[in-house]
Amino acid sequence: MDSSPDRRVVDLLREDLNLTGTKEGCGEGECGVCTILVDGESRLSCLMLVPQLEGRKVTTIEGVAAEGKLHPIQEAFVEFGAVQCGFCTPGMVLASVDLLQKNPNPSRAEIREGISGNLCRCTGYQKIVDAVEAAGHKMKKENKGLIYQSVYNCIDAED
Amino acid sequence: MIMTDKEIPKIGKIMPRQDAFGKVTGQEKYAVDYYARDLLWAGVKRAGVSHALVKGIETRAAQALPGVIKVLTYKDVSGTNRQGVIRKDQPVLVKEKVRHCGDPIALVLAQDIETLKRAIDLVTLHYEPLPAVFDPEEALKESAPIVQEDNPQGNILLKGTLETGHVDLAFKECDAVVEACFKVPYQEHAYLETEGGYAVLKEDGVLEIIVSTQTPFRDRSEVAEALGWDQEKVRIIVPYCGGAFGGKDGVSAQTLLGLAAIQCAGVPVKMWWSREESFLASSKRHPCHLYYRLGAKSDGTLHSLTASIYYDTGPYDHLGGAIMALGLEHAGGPYHIPNVRLQAWSVYTNNPLSGAFRGFGVPQVTAVMEQMVDMVTAKLGLSPLEIRLQNGVKKGEKNSLGMCLTGSVGLEECLVKVREHPLWKEKEKWKSVAGPFKKRGVGVASVMHGMGYGPIVPDYGNAKIELTDEGKFRVFSGVVDMGQGNASTYLQIVGHILNQDYSHLELVLPDTARTLPSGSASASRTTYTFGNALIEAAQSLKDRLLKRSKDLFMADGKEETALIPGGIRGLSKNGEISLSELARFLDPSEKVATGYFRAPVAKEFPTEDQALRLHGIPHTIFSYGAHLACVEVDELTGEVEVKGYLAVSDCGRVINPQLFEQQIQGGIVQGLGYALCEELIVQKGEVRTKSLTTYIIPTSLDLPDLESIPVEIEEPSGPFGLKGAGEIAIDGPLPAVANALADACGIRIFRSPMTGERVLKALEEKKESKS
Repeated sequence: MDSSPDRRVVDLLREDLNLTGTKEGCGEGECGVCTILVDGESRLSCLMLVPQLEGRKVTTIEGVAAEGKLHPIQEAFVEFGAVQCGFCTPGMVLASVDLLQKNPNPSRAEIREGISGNLCRCTGYQKIVDAVEAAGHKMKKENKGLIYQSVYNCIDAED
Repeated sequence: MIMTDKEIPKIGKIMPRQDAFGKVTGQEKYAVDYYARDLLWAGVKRAGVSHALVKGIETRAAQALPGVIKVLTYKDVSGTNRQGVIRKDQPVLVKEKVRHCGDPIALVLAQDIETLKRAIDLVTLHYEPLPAVFDPEEALKESAPIVQEDNPQGNILLKGTLETGHVDLAFKECDAVVEACFKVPYQEHAYLETEGGYAVLKEDGVLEIIVSTQTPFRDRSEVAEALGWDQEKVRIIVPYCGGAFGGKDGVSAQTLLGLAAIQCAGVPVKMWWSREESFLASSKRHPCHLYYRLGAKSDGTLHSLTASIYYDTGPYDHLGGAIMALGLEHAGGPYHIPNVRLQAWSVYTNNPLSGAFRGFGVPQVTAVMEQMVDMVTAKLGLSPLEIRLQNGVKKGEKNSLGMCLTGSVGLEECLVKVREHPLWKEKEKWKSVAGPFKKRGVGVASVMHGMGYGPIVPDYGNAKIELTDEGKFRVFSGVVDMGQGNASTYLQIVGHILNQDYSHLELVLPDTARTLPSGSASASRTTYTFGNALIEAAQSLKDRLLKRSKDLFMADGKEETALIPGGIRGLSKNGEISLSELARFLDPSEKVATGYFRAPVAKEFPTEDQALRLHGIPHTIFSYGAHLACVEVDELTGEVEVKGYLAVSDCGRVINPQLFEQQIQGGIVQGLGYALCEELIVQKGEVRTKSLTTYIIPTSLDLPDLESIPVEIEEPSGPFGLKGAGEIAIDGPLPAVANALADACGIRIFRSPMTGERVLKALEEKKESKS
């Protein structure tokens, strides 16, 4: 799709592609609610411009659940009470996906570090840590970490 | 895999939040998620000066910019141009006088955000600066500039005194007296979804506003009055809010959206405050100066207390009186002190707007009172936990205001639980193994928090439940869910009473056209009040459905039929009818039930002062708690690290343990931010820390795991025995941490937050005073 070169990725997603699951909380890269995955790695979409996406695979929160089935991280967020107002949740889920990809068996301290770029004002983080810890165990047990990655619905960015 | 669809909710059990599914997939739309192809963007020009007379508002340059549709000023506001809950002193757009830097001067409508920003910059305010006042005590002096000229009490918005016994005499009878002055700062809500929404003037003349707010029905009347629009033709729709914590309890974007939509005649308008604008223009927790004097007898009896508390309320009323009143009521803590003189002032200044923030005036006084208790305890050489047990209130006793506590009181049980906990029992051992240049300490605090609006302002809920033709129960939620999960709890209550699983339950979020007026999402009342109304509605509907179904089953009595998920079963005849069949059988008027509840109010008054009564004094149902903090202080950097935290809370019976824990954990963390790192720096009325880079809220790395223990003592008037839990947890952390710091290093910080810099300075001063 076409876009002007100085358009922010978060605006492209929300306004042009109608994907409002990616949020904006500060516009400065401080809060993390705009987190997306670019080629599988977490990035802040409020700090990215559209040309940076050229030729890359983008995953937003809308693409995490595969064919209507929740990702184990999403299931764990629901089960462990990690969602309150929910505004940080999409970014938090994607940051957690990124974390568990890089470190499938993190300690609670490592989880806290892994999500430290995502602010949450409601939960106090504890239940988010509980959820990520449980999801990690489950995914390891089912050995499905890599499989979930491949079924993400991705946007292939062109031009 | 979570199979929650087929689960029948049970009271007292963990039921997954029903809103979590939509939120975790990004499908749930917030007020700021609405767009349209042809929409226009609205944005505000803010004054940028703290006190000035308006000489002119220059809009021509902005109007001339291509892509700008209109630039609106006060001239375009047809109604009263006044907003406010009790005193209507806040303009939609400023006309004659600017009272704080964030005052709205003009509303710009443009085709896109870039043009909007440029146009806002081109609007010029011509003004004559006025001398300004930035300190609540300064503002009380004779010579102080007056912020609200037509206020008969000058810069005093509200003041009050509560007195019992004979304080001056009583101090002479004390064996230990401590005295201190504390200053507590602003706190920024920092909800991740900033203020905003989407509005359109419909063809039928209805002004439809989708907005992130805590008060849809109050907004509707405020918008109508301020803009001169028929109230029946204003519709406020509230999706789940991305956090609010009190910051959306009152004026934010509602009226501005309405004004813009009226001017755009059918074209949808969107407004979304940037983070910086939110810092500059939104309300914040009242900063406070508190002067306390507490005296006790050698046996540990708290005997005499005076407190003078100055709340800096900023330029407008905006609940500043009610906040002062709640603080005043809680200023003596949950103790039966026989001699008190408590005084408070809510004072106008030209500082940023102060307003509702979780805790509503109580965190400020609890921060100080709980430290004073520790200070006098230290002087007497007694135990801070035992002294709290000794002086703590019990049900049926009189509190420090002389009011009899008729609601449930679980303070003693909470303190006992702390006493029995390993964090308290093993504290000396834990402290002794602190590493080099580290000092450890453990501190406690008692908390109490009154629920609801007080004796005069009605605290009511109106619930509505409908059986749909599809055979589902549609619950019309009257109270906004801003993250606290009350919407989910409503479904849990209805599912429990009607014996339905979640797949047969539906929710309608607050909407002035569809749901019934039920008050604000505030004051820790959102489950208590509406929950009770919902129980009445559910039982009424259940009754009717069972009665009518017996006709179908030709059963003798309604006892012979029972609701099952998706249907009704005839118990003796063994037949079944689906809910959708039943719905088709019934007349529409039989498929809707409403319920009403009005919260009980206190029958005694501690004061004849009608203004204090109106603003909420006294409350009658209180929640209680005991908090414990374990801290480790780095003597080289001054950094205070919280290594462990325990909150034991009496909030009545718990309907959903997970949601309860969510509230307590979240409240503790906001309280820890207030205690340690959140400092909004305001200089001469200007906010200096206007981004999340400079205003630090806790991240996942700043906290230990927190422990929350509920003490479930039934509050008979509450739904299934529940009372408020939304605010109380934020009251404890500052004093608990401060008391732990004193335990660790023998220092107190009289100006919070307790940043490393302040702690280091205090440690150095202590060292110097020793040598």
